[in-house]
Amino acid sequence: MHSTRIVITGVGLTAPNGNTLEEYRKNLLDGVSRIQMIDMRYMGKVPAGVCDFDPKKYQTRKELRVGTRAGSIGIYCAREAITNSGIDFESYDKNRIGVYIGTTEHGNVETENEVYNISKFDYDTKFWTHHHNPRTVSNNPAGEITINMGITGPHYAIGAACAAGNAGLIQALQMLRLGEVDFALAGGVSESIQSFGIFAGFKSQGALGTHETDPNKTSRPFDKTRDGIVVSEGGCIYTLERLEDAQARGASIIAEIVGYRINSDASDYVLPNPERQAECMRAALKVAGMSPEDVDIVNTHATSTPMGDIQECKAIAEVFGQSPTTYINNTKSFIGHSMGAAGALELAGNLPSFQDNIIHPTINIDELDPECALTNLVINEPRKVDAVKVILNNSFGMLGINSALILQKFEQ
Amino acid sequence: MTEDQVKQIVIDIINEIAPDEDTSDLKGEISLRDQMDLDSMDFLDIVMELRKQHGIEVPEEDYPELASLDSCGNYLTPKFNAK
Repeated sequence: MHSTRIVITGVGLTAPNGNTLEEYRKNLLDGVSRIQMIDMRYMGKVPAGVCDFDPKKYQTRKELRVGTRAGSIGIYCAREAITNSGIDFESYDKNRIGVYIGTTEHGNVETENEVYNISKFDYDTKFWTHHHNPRTVSNNPAGEITINMGITGPHYAIGAACAAGNAGLIQALQMLRLGEVDFALAGGVSESIQSFGIFAGFKSQGALGTHETDPNKTSRPFDKTRDGIVVSEGGCIYTLERLEDAQARGASIIAEIVGYRINSDASDYVLPNPERQAECMRAALKVAGMSPEDVDIVNTHATSTPMGDIQECKAIAEVFGQSPTTYINNTKSFIGHSMGAAGALELAGNLPSFQDNIIHPTINIDELDPECALTNLVINEPRKVDAVKVILNNSFGMLGINSALILQKFEQ
Repeated sequence: MTEDQVKQIVIDIINEIAPDEDTSDLKGEISLRDQMDLDSMDFLDIVMELRKQHGIEVPEEDYPELASLDSCGNYLTPKFNAK
């Protein structure tokens, strides 16, 4: 294990089913998802996860008009995380704070909106907004956080497809260990439900989820009838610190990051590679100095696509198939796929297990796909266990990016 | 169209682009930036909305003419009346 220990001391989030960790966790244990049908430009009704946090809690109306939805989600989550961390933010040296935000994509929303806007003016580009470029630069969500909060340390976005939430946390951990910053705001955000192109792309790929009657049943990883992704917006940002700094200020420590790994399939643009995924999980375990039997929960990435879920199940079976005390769950069955936020947000839904020793289930399984029948898959109802001390959080993405993050219950 | 009507059009645009500002007591002769929190991007928004909503073009060299409500009235009223 690395000598410099990094801990999580605060969390702020917004998910389709909760705007605080408490509300979100309660709904994960109560089986409440809140996916809804929304009107999508050119496409009609599509299922989506929509967040209902109050953006005016931390932003003026002008900031909301000028900025992006991703920026707004980031600001809400970052401010909530700071409050949750208990740090004296006003007197803290803002030059020593880093902001590392994972995004799957950024800019599609604004570009689509502007193309639509100039279509009303016969495609005359003199009606193209001057706000387009500051809204679409990749660092936008992280930069909006720094402007809103007066943070003068480094900020950037980490583009890592749907592994981005984990990648944001890993970046923060590395920067803290390098001594580049003393305090980090890190995680992931997604505004993807405002881009018709995301939905249309998944539809053309045969990967957009549907359900005849109930949007809440659309995201159903591991179910035999699963047929694709529910796109969601959301965000989750953590405060991270070196352990000695957190202890010096008397912080309440939520968890310690003890292992991580990002690797690449190097094989296909969209089809995941279970061998590389298994290697990723094993490498993270090696960093943590752990064996599969040490892991109590594996939170899967599974997105409810026919092939992707099977591939991940193969990888998990290969690593954890002989571990009788490792339980497997999935959070996308509740909140859909929150893209760049997914890794961070799904991890947050599981962190309370360190206190309550309950594992939230994967829901919407009416008939388990035999190819996804993992041992100890927690199906439809929460599972109480003796103790949860270690969580492994998987997040994978297009172009074959895999990430695994291992969190441990904090003990001296 | 009178200068007062043109000034009201400008105030309506400012209300859209700077919704947190109180525009009820703006002084005509004082610079808008001295009375409100407006930046260069906001002035570009004013130019864009004049173009979109009213078909009025303000060339870049004339941007200083938009400094105050009075100068907006002086500069824009002939343009509105020439439409």
